[in-house]
Amino acid sequence: MVDPANTVGIPVNPTPLLKDELDIVIPTIRNLDFLEMWRPFLQPYHLIIVQDGDPTKKIHVPEGYDYELYNRNDVNRILGPKASCISFKDSACRCFGYMVSKKKYIFTIDDDCFVAKDPAGKAVNALEQHIKNLLCPSTPLFFNTLYDPYREGADFVRGYPFSLREGVSTAVSHGLWLNIPDYDAPTQLVKPKERNARYVDAVMTIPKGTLFPMCGMNLAFDRDLIGPAMYFGLMGDGQPIGRYDDMWAGWCIKVICDHLGLGVKTGLPYIYHSKASNPFVNLKKEYKGIFWQEDIIPFFQNVKLSKEATTVQQCYIELSKMVKEKLSSLDPYFDKLADAMVTWIEAWDELNPPATA
Amino acid sequence: MSSSEINKNEVDIVIGALNADLTQFLNSWRPFFSGFHLIIVKDPELKDDLNIPEGFDVDVYSKPDIEKVVGAANAAMFSGYSCRYFGYLVSKKKYIVSIDDDCVPAKDPKGVLVDAVSQHVSNLENPATPLFFNTLYDPYCEGADFVRGYPFSLRSGVPCAASCGLWLNLADLDAPTQALKTEQRNTSYVDAVMTVPLKAMLPISGINIAFNRELVGPALVPALRIAGEGKVRWETLEDVWCGMCLKHISDHLGYGVKTGLPYVWRNERGDAVESLRKKWEGMKLMEKSVPFFEALKLPESAVNVEDCVVELAKAVKEQLGSDDPAFTQAADAMVKWVQLWNSVNSSG
Repeated sequence: MVDPANTVGIPVNPTPLLKDELDIVIPTIRNLDFLEMWRPFLQPYHLIIVQDGDPTKKIHVPEGYDYELYNRNDVNRILGPKASCISFKDSACRCFGYMVSKKKYIFTIDDDCFVAKDPAGKAVNALEQHIKNLLCPSTPLFFNTLYDPYREGADFVRGYPFSLREGVSTAVSHGLWLNIPDYDAPTQLVKPKERNARYVDAVMTIPKGTLFPMCGMNLAFDRDLIGPAMYFGLMGDGQPIGRYDDMWAGWCIKVICDHLGLGVKTGLPYIYHSKASNPFVNLKKEYKGIFWQEDIIPFFQNVKLSKEATTVQQCYIELSKMVKEKLSSLDPYFDKLADAMVTWIEAWDELNPPATA
Repeated sequence: MSSSEINKNEVDIVIGALNADLTQFLNSWRPFFSGFHLIIVKDPELKDDLNIPEGFDVDVYSKPDIEKVVGAANAAMFSGYSCRYFGYLVSKKKYIVSIDDDCVPAKDPKGVLVDAVSQHVSNLENPATPLFFNTLYDPYCEGADFVRGYPFSLRSGVPCAASCGLWLNLADLDAPTQALKTEQRNTSYVDAVMTVPLKAMLPISGINIAFNRELVGPALVPALRIAGEGKVRWETLEDVWCGMCLKHISDHLGYGVKTGLPYVWRNERGDAVESLRKKWEGMKLMEKSVPFFEALKLPESAVNVEDCVVELAKAVKEQLGSDDPAFTQAADAMVKWVQLWNSVNSSG
C-alpha cells in the first residue's frame, strides 16, 4: 500500500534552484487542486497552464502561484492556421506550453500527480531532482553498473573508460511514478489492482541507440537543447489515436539526442500517481497504436539522420520527411502527422526567433 | 523465486580461492550454498592448503588437477582471479554462480540477508529484454510489468545469458577512484534488475556474476592479463575484458545480459593506493578496447558461441594486436580456451 506524502508544514525553499530559468507546464481540463500539496516545491516557479477542452470554463489556480494560462482560443489566436498542429481534447496540447515558454528548462507534470514519499517517509521534491539530473552530465556511450556516477556516494566502476567519464549534456530527465503505474489498457484490464510500490533509488542514462517509452506525466527537459523535438503529435479530437503523444515525442527526442550527442536520463524522481484512467476508454484510444507501434518501432530503430542535420529543427524536419515516406503506407494519419511536425517547427521558429547577435 | 523453487541440480557454485582460509566465507554463505554443488578452484600460485569447513558438497581443484586437465603449458591461463574459469570449464551444470572469496551475503533495506544464489538463478531463468528499455525495469518481477508504449511483440523477451550482480560496502571501483575516495563505501541499495540494452557496452565485474553455461559458457574467456596483474581486483581487468566479449557475443546471438540485484557485501582487502603505485595498464587497454568493440561486427556465419569467440579473437589480433602485446596474448588465449572447452566438454 503506497501513500502520497503529507507536505503540510514543509517550508518553501528560499533559494530554489533555477527559479527564473524554468517553467512548469501543466495541461488541465479539470482543476489544479493538486498544486496545493506541491506548494513547498513548486510555488517559487512560474507556471504555464494549458487549458484543454471548453475554453469558457474557468480554471482556478491556487493562490500564490505565478502563472500564465492559455485556453483553446488563445492557442488559435497565437498560432492562427498553425494551431492545427496542437491537439484538442488530449493532454498532448501541453506542448503548446513548451513552445510559448521563454525559459531554458521545462518541467511538465500531470494534474493527478501528487508528492511521493521516499522509503524513509520523506516527501520527494521531484523538481529538485529533475534539476539535478539536467544539470549533471549523462553517460550514454557506456553503461555504468552503479547507475548515476555523479551522484553522492557513487562513481564510475572499474573498467569504465576514463575518456568517457566527462559525459555529455543532459537533454531530458524522465521521472517515474508510485501507486498507479503507467500501463497500457490491456495490462490495466488484466491487472486492475496492481500498484507500483517499488522505489528504485537510481537515476541512469538510457544508452545511445536504445529506445524507451517516454511518459509525459513527470518529465523535465532542457528546452534549448531539445525543445523543438518535444512535439506531442496529433491526438484526441478528430484523430484516430490517443495516449501515444508522449510516446511519439519520446521516440523522436531519443533518435535526435543520439544523433546530436545528448543524454536522456530515467529513474528518480518519483511522483505519486493518484488517478487510474478508465481502461476501456484507454483501449479505444490506444488500440490502433498497439498495432502501429509494431511498425513504428523498427522505423525509429533504423532512422539515420544526415550529417548535415546539426540543429534540432533540422533533425526534426528530416525526421518528418522520413515519417511521410516510410509510415504513410501504414495509415494516412502519418501523412497528416508528418505535415503537423513541419507546422510545429514553423510555429516554434516563429515564436522563438533566434536571438539577434 | 525462492530457493525451494530452484532446481539445485542445475546449478554449480564456482569459487576462485585466492585466500587459503575459506572458513568465514563459506560459513557466512552456508544458508544459501546449502544443497548446491560447489566447485572451488585454488589459485595455482597460492601456496597454502585450503581450509574448507565441513558440510558442503564440494569438489576442490588445485594446480595438479588443473595441469592434468589442460596440460602444464596452459595452466598459467588459470592463475590468480582467472582460476575460477577452470571451474566453469569442468562444470557439467546449466547455470554457474560465481562469487569472489572476499564477499559475504548483504542485507537488504529490511535487514534481511540477500539470497544471491536464488536471485541470480531467477534472473537467468526469466527472459531478458535488450531490444527496448522498460522504464519500470524488470517487467517479469512481482508487482511490475511492461509499461505503456512497450511493443507487444517484444514482450516475450530473449534468453538471459548472464546476471551481473552488485556490491555494497566496497564497490568495484578502480584503483585511482578508490585511492581518491578512500572512505567511500556503497550504501545505496537499488532495488532493481534490468536488461542492459542491445549494443550498450558495460564493465562486467567478476566479483558477483552468474551465467547460463549451456547457452554462453565458452564466451566467458580468461584472456586479458595486464602486466603485473595482481591478487586484488584493482590490479586486474580479466573480467572486464571477458564481459566486453560476452556482451558482444550475446548481442550477436540474440541473448540478454542483466544487471542489478543481487547485492553482496564486499569486504576490505588490499590497498588502492598501493595498487596505484604499479603502473596502471588497465586504463590504456580499456581506451583501446572501447572503439574496437563499438565498431566490431561479427560475421553472420558465426552462429554458435565457439565460432563467435574464434572470430572475435581473430579481430582482436588483427585490429588490436599491434597496439599492445596484451591483446595478442588475449586473442591467443581465447582461441586456446575454445579448444580446451571443446576437448573437455566433448569427452563428457
